[in-house]
Amino acid sequence: MRFLMTTNGGGPPPDEQLFAEMDRFVEELTRSGVLLATGGLDSGTHVTASGGNVTFTDGPFAESKEVIVSFALVEVRSKEEALEISRRFWKLVGDGEGDIRQVFGPGE
Amino acid sequence: MPADTRPAHRAIEAVWRIESARIIAGLTGLVRDVGLAEELAQDALVAALEQWPADGIPPNPGAWLMVTAKHRAIDRIRRNERLGEKLSLLGRELEDEQRGAPAEFDAVLDRDEDMGDDLLRLMFIACHPVLSTQARAALTLRLLGGLTTEEIARGFLAAEPTIAKRIVRAKRTLADEQIPFEVPPAAERPARVASVLEVLYLVFNEGYSAMAGDDWMRPALCTEALRLGRVLAGLMPAEPEVHGLVALMEIQASRLRARLSPDGLPVPLLEQNRGRWDQLLIRRGFSALLRAERLGGPLGPYVLQAAIAACHARAREPEQTDWARIAMLYQALAVLTPSPVVELNRAVAVAMASGPEHGLAIVDRLAAEPTLAGYHHLPSVRADLLARLGRREEAGAEFRRAASLTQNIPERTVLLQRAADCAARAGTP
Repeated sequence: MRFLMTTNGGGPPPDEQLFAEMDRFVEELTRSGVLLATGGLDSGTHVTASGGNVTFTDGPFAESKEVIVSFALVEVRSKEEALEISRRFWKLVGDGEGDIRQVFGPGE
Repeated sequence: MPADTRPAHRAIEAVWRIESARIIAGLTGLVRDVGLAEELAQDALVAALEQWPADGIPPNPGAWLMVTAKHRAIDRIRRNERLGEKLSLLGRELEDEQRGAPAEFDAVLDRDEDMGDDLLRLMFIACHPVLSTQARAALTLRLLGGLTTEEIARGFLAAEPTIAKRIVRAKRTLADEQIPFEVPPAAERPARVASVLEVLYLVFNEGYSAMAGDDWMRPALCTEALRLGRVLAGLMPAEPEVHGLVALMEIQASRLRARLSPDGLPVPLLEQNRGRWDQLLIRRGFSALLRAERLGGPLGPYVLQAAIAACHARAREPEQTDWARIAMLYQALAVLTPSPVVELNRAVAVAMASGPEHGLAIVDRLAAEPTLAGYHHLPSVRADLLARLGRREEAGAEFRRAASLTQNIPERTVLLQRAADCAARAGTP
């Protein structure tokens, strides 16, 4: 089962210690064969379409708490395992919010 | 049991899945007996199931399970003098730790670096050649995958008592034969690594052969083998064949969703919808293959098979497949692991690269091969080549022969259909 874990902006800026701890965490997830991909995200461009008319709005956006700033794609054996990984991640970070969503591929 | 503990139990099972291999590995490093280590780890799991639903999951669940397992070991020493001998060393170590009580979690965490080594030793002992391949596979899934006996049985379409017996016997054999818990010395290393890789690929293929409607545990074996392969690659980054097997599994797994038709029939590689191939896994496979190749040295059988799989993965359309390179890679593979099946695959690649008559020449040399006597792919490949050369009557006869040899009914239908096509078009250019 694949899960996409995302974190939203608005949390306290990471200090050096958190960077180091996060490196170690990511390294451990990679070594355990669970982490498929991870990355940070730019504030980006918002797209809206209305009756086929497409409008782009460049960020940054006012509510950073609602904007995804990083993601991790994990392959795990159960939803609980994804929750446990998320729990460990947020214990390191301390404050903030994010989402965990199962990724459905073709045929699922 | 109150109903509301069930989500808690599932959470604990998830922790167990994540931590059990490292805990069993660490405990085996201490008690030098895989079977005993697993029992102690199970004891810790039982304690977690009793305590965590009420107290919550501790901040460091892995360390909690490890420390608890060590305490269980001490309890057993006190209760059981016979075990005491084996565990006296561990006991002394723990008494020391208990004197400096708050430090004990740190002590467990400090062993983190050795943990990797213990995990590697656990892989080697679970895949020891003294055990049958089937026993190695079951023990590996149990000790390193954290799967229950029931899950392993479902994965292998076997009865649970059969798997349980297999695991018990394997653990006893390891103890009786006094197999050391070690990373094998250099002289034994290649054969021992090969033994581990064989087990992982066997588990992967078992999952890959799952049919539509099978228990979900079967395809889950693919994911588990792939995950263990990635773990092994992290533990042995300098072994090209480990990266080769990971690359092979990543690329083959990328086709998992394309390999069965909506009605559950296997779809041949060249007829698969390549849009359904998982590009993320393909890229991971390419990276692993690159790592293997960068390590230098002669290419081993897994690296070669991964390179062949990569040729297919690179082709956006079947027509873009680099058959000449595939034929060359099969030739190299045939030198390392000579087998009529490899030779037959080479014949297909040569036919695609240089024309059916060249492929047919190789296939005809295989006709006398006794090991291929009942192998339906031989007449089916031969039939295909003959048909492409316009020799439709001979092709029709070969398709019928192939149909008579296969046990797979959908496949037989396809082969008989092709035989009928040959008959209908016989004599036409």
